[in-house]
Amino acid sequence: MYGGGNSFEDVYDKELKHEDPEQLAEFEARIERGEKIESTDWMPELYRTQLIRMIEQHAHSEIIGSLPEGTWITRAPGFKRKLALMAKVQDEVGHAQLLYAAAETLGKSREDMITDLINGKSKYSNIFNYPAFTWADSCFISWLVDAGAIVNQIANSKGSYAPYCRALERICAEEAFHLKYGHHCVIHLATGSPVQRQMMQEAVNRWWKPMVHFFGPPDKDSVHTRILMKWKVKMASNDECRNQFFDMYVPKIWELGLEIPDPNLKKDPETGIWNYSDPDWSEFKRVINGDGPCNKERLAVRRIAEERGLWVRQALKSPKATYTTPLA
Amino acid sequence: MKNEAIKELLYKMADDQLVLGHRNSEWNGLGPILEEDIAFSSMAQDKIGQSLEFYSILNEMGEKDPDTIAFTRKADKFKCCQYVEHPIGEYDFSLVRHFFFDYADYHRFELLKNSKVERIAMAAKKFQSESKYHIMHANAWMKQLGNSDVSIERMQNCLNEGIALALGIFEPSPMENVLIEEGVFEGEKKLSERWLSSIQSILSKTELSMPDISTAPINGGRQGKHTPHLQPLLDEMSEVFSIDPEAEW
Repeated sequence: MYGGGNSFEDVYDKELKHEDPEQLAEFEARIERGEKIESTDWMPELYRTQLIRMIEQHAHSEIIGSLPEGTWITRAPGFKRKLALMAKVQDEVGHAQLLYAAAETLGKSREDMITDLINGKSKYSNIFNYPAFTWADSCFISWLVDAGAIVNQIANSKGSYAPYCRALERICAEEAFHLKYGHHCVIHLATGSPVQRQMMQEAVNRWWKPMVHFFGPPDKDSVHTRILMKWKVKMASNDECRNQFFDMYVPKIWELGLEIPDPNLKKDPETGIWNYSDPDWSEFKRVINGDGPCNKERLAVRRIAEERGLWVRQALKSPKATYTTPLA
Repeated sequence: MKNEAIKELLYKMADDQLVLGHRNSEWNGLGPILEEDIAFSSMAQDKIGQSLEFYSILNEMGEKDPDTIAFTRKADKFKCCQYVEHPIGEYDFSLVRHFFFDYADYHRFELLKNSKVERIAMAAKKFQSESKYHIMHANAWMKQLGNSDVSIERMQNCLNEGIALALGIFEPSPMENVLIEEGVFEGEKKLSERWLSSIQSILSKTELSMPDISTAPINGGRQGKHTPHLQPLLDEMSEVFSIDPEAEW
């Protein structure tokens, strides 16, 4: 899982003044030729810091994202769903592990990243600051939030930084299963008993606005990311990703007889662009800055886990602890 | 008589795996390091999968379908030992429980591989291959935390406090003699001897001492007597299912 869009900050040419012009030109030529950058290659400082920022946010989104769904593992109805949801959420934590490792190749340790997360210094996907009240909410997340994540991640997997691309390729393969699982769950609810159908419709009503937010503010309001696009750090614009998501999933949602709570949602047949109502971008800004329904709770869980696990991590650092060779 | 004894064996094993699998899954998002969230989830998935297989065998023997058995019974119908019901607590409690319980599991499957009930023998063979990795995981962590000054005291306390509950894993079932006579399962006594030898062997590689095994076991689980922790766990587990037990979810 991953929310793009909001991951970038203003980046200006003047920040490159101290870089060696020849090295910078060669670096940009490599990217232009479609080559991938490895961790040992020369790179501008700005490229490094922006990549750390992006990959770190992605990793945080995976572990924080495992919380709203994770609370439904113990309540999943029946063996089939319980086993599948456990495996899915485990995958998400595994993605965090892969992504922290990818970010570490750029010089920031996992510990430092997690410290910045629990201190509120680094961000994660906004959508996980909303509560999953019912089983249907968890099904919405598994299907549609993961679907949105795939749109973002497939774009990013074509980026220029090799370790991140390698992690993303594996992540996308796993996400494809999550999508199938989520879709299967939603189909059962949307075509089930009146109670199940109502539960699913209410979840769509609750989650639609955060889902539109998921891809970030419209391009016209977005920050200056020209250099990041040129360096293939940011691969697709927010509007492009959102439009692709609407194109792929809105018809599927309607097909199940579910209503989307936006009377203006409609594709322009000539331009291929979906029109949609203003999803209240001020709410998006409020939530991303820490004032959403679950921001405090999510970070508190992470902080408690870190504090309770501290003695274990300290014990592992003991000089008397023996190293156990991994099995594989 | 023999069938009833076999069912009793299957119920206690299935209930153990279901309840402990459920508990292990509660480590999601809370592990001391990400790798432990992942490891406890793997073990949880194995255990829930094993319970499903045992309930499926019961279903073939005329009991209700696995979802109904697992998601609709009240606590007093469960035959799990009390150890598995306890909340996850701190990581040391969960780790020591995993160490004690999974060694019992490993040896139980070892014994059941020779069961005259072929369906059980086949399941045991498969599950032991999973359990092998659980005990490797337990060994690695017991050795790490049992040799580090930061953690020895915590681990020792959990061993001392957990031993009575762990011995309750081996509470004999009312119809155990039938199982032994019919060659279904060689019995809890033999199992506990093998278990004890493994536990001693691993602890001898650490600075931890063997807890007092003359402690009276905390029994009752195999007869449907449980701690106050089990019913809330089952209520949570069936929260969605019970909205409409006939529906497809």
